[in-house]
Amino acid sequence: MSLTDASAEAEHVPEEAPAVRGKGPWRLAWERLARDRAAMVSLGVIAVIVLLALLAPVFAAITGHDPQAQFPETGLTPEGLPVGPGSDFWLGADSLGRDLFIRILYGARISLLVGLLSTLLATVFGIVAGMVAGFYGGWVDGVLARVLDVVLSFPYLLVAIVLVAALGASVPLMIFVIAFFSFAAMARVVRGQTIAYKEREFIEAARSMGAGKVRTMFVDVVPNLIAPVTVLATLLIPTSIVFEATLSFLGLGVDPRTASWGAILADSVDFYRVAPGLLVFPALMLLLTTLSFNLLGDGIRDALDPRSDRLLPGK
Amino acid sequence: MALLEVSGLTVSFPTPDGVVRAVRGMSFEVERGRTLGIVGESGSGKSVSTQTLMGLTRGAEVSGSARFEGRELIGMPAEELRRLRGAQIAMIFQDPLSSLHPLYTVGWQIVELIRIHEPATTKAQARKWAIEQLALVGIPQPDRRVDDYPHQFSGGMRQRAMIAMALALQPKLIIADEPTTALDATVQAQILDLMARLQREFDTALIMITHDLGVIADMADQVLVMYAGKPIEVAERRELYYRPHHPYTVGLLESVPSTTGAKERLKPVPGQPPSLLRPPSGCAFHPRCPYVMPKCRTDVPPLMGEEHLSACWLPLDVVGLGPEAARRRTEESS
Repeated sequence: MSLTDASAEAEHVPEEAPAVRGKGPWRLAWERLARDRAAMVSLGVIAVIVLLALLAPVFAAITGHDPQAQFPETGLTPEGLPVGPGSDFWLGADSLGRDLFIRILYGARISLLVGLLSTLLATVFGIVAGMVAGFYGGWVDGVLARVLDVVLSFPYLLVAIVLVAALGASVPLMIFVIAFFSFAAMARVVRGQTIAYKEREFIEAARSMGAGKVRTMFVDVVPNLIAPVTVLATLLIPTSIVFEATLSFLGLGVDPRTASWGAILADSVDFYRVAPGLLVFPALMLLLTTLSFNLLGDGIRDALDPRSDRLLPGK
Repeated sequence: MALLEVSGLTVSFPTPDGVVRAVRGMSFEVERGRTLGIVGESGSGKSVSTQTLMGLTRGAEVSGSARFEGRELIGMPAEELRRLRGAQIAMIFQDPLSSLHPLYTVGWQIVELIRIHEPATTKAQARKWAIEQLALVGIPQPDRRVDDYPHQFSGGMRQRAMIAMALALQPKLIIADEPTTALDATVQAQILDLMARLQREFDTALIMITHDLGVIADMADQVLVMYAGKPIEVAERRELYYRPHHPYTVGLLESVPSTTGAKERLKPVPGQPPSLLRPPSGCAFHPRCPYVMPKCRTDVPPLMGEEHLSACWLPLDVVGLGPEAARRRTEESS
């Protein structure tokens, strides 16, 4: 193209050409996630559950039923059996005449609290351990990798039972126990990613431009961890919630008087034939919550890695 | 004193299979503002030797000397070397897409580079500086493109951005490691033109590493040919292209496909590159050399000559390409 052509063409370009703005990688990921219907429905379900958990005291005030309060007059039939769902007890009452609906809402608080906090703890420990192992390598990596192997091969339920027996059931203890057994999975993923990324060319390029070791670790490696860590953390939440329910079901979780899905399920064992709601409703909540977090995690993974093929089994 | 003086550099990597002797005695000089082309096939040690200068080879055993402005680079404290990298010596890599961080905008990466080495610069100043650099290397609408991510750039633009980064702090030496290999031929020519122009403008010394003699045919002042971790021929560019001495250089030049349309068969250099775990005895090229003499199998030829250095036992005046030179070489070797 000659110079005159170029200047002629330049005249065609309008003065105020609409600016074409590139989309950042996070924006693109969000747009892909927004197109994923299962993930968006899951996100909605999670939002509703969170909202219900937050509003639990409001519902307690509306119904006038405290989660611990027993209503032997209204909640139990003259034969001493729990009443079914109705206008007073929306989902029925439990064997002690407590409001099942209110207890499920308060149980959601425990489940979400334990699920989120233990995942957060596991993620922080996992990232630190994984990055240190991956970045320093050598004997540091050797020691840490063996520690992770040991943690992952522990019979975690037995350990949890022993710990609770020794220290007494409490929410903080449960959070720590769950975090301790899930941080190893996170650390492994982070370690693998760190090792993979620290050999990549853009890390070497950054070093060739004078970036120091610690700097490349935080500025160049960490952003690449966000995607796998987010996905894994989203999937750790339901695992932690189920773990909490398991411990509570066995009477090892929270204080037995506190409402928790696992504890409600444990109570239902003797009564589910006369009051199936005692079994069905908390189990349904548990299922809905874990399923939603799992579907959301899958959606996030697909959104962050568009090349992953969801049609392939085992991916 | 030359800007960079490398002498007797060796780099070895211990591996479970034995010690890989990637560089086995590298010596060269680069003067200020001049261009040295380093040519060799894959695994000849060209990249490893320059990365070692920058302290970027991990787990390697290094010996020898490399002086940059009189300061010894080999064994320099890591922090001092880090400050040199990017500011005084910059590198341009082969594949610009994998050398740019995919999660940061191009402008951010230039700004960070500037602020690492010039901490007093404000973000706004560094950003202005980055835009100027992008304009300098011919990125259209640099004030907009500065906020783009690497994947939004074309291959040629990415390499331009890498050049902009390399030049941002006006280093005295740029090491370009196959800067155009990942680009198509047209873009390759543009990038080479750009590099040559900017090099003249800023009086930067340039080490151009390539396996393609064509790439440095117009740019290099001096050309160094590497084989099996050693320089085997060093000469001024025209001298090397028209009067090559070492049979390996001759083989390289004769294997370049003609672009004039002559339908000749390509003449490859026969054989395979030697193993650097167990380099051949004597001259490392002797198993592939058509003019091999008994001496070649036992004695390592040193670099001989005055201006035109060559590590070959053939008489130094037996130079050139074509059948006449080949006849003389055969005569001398039998």
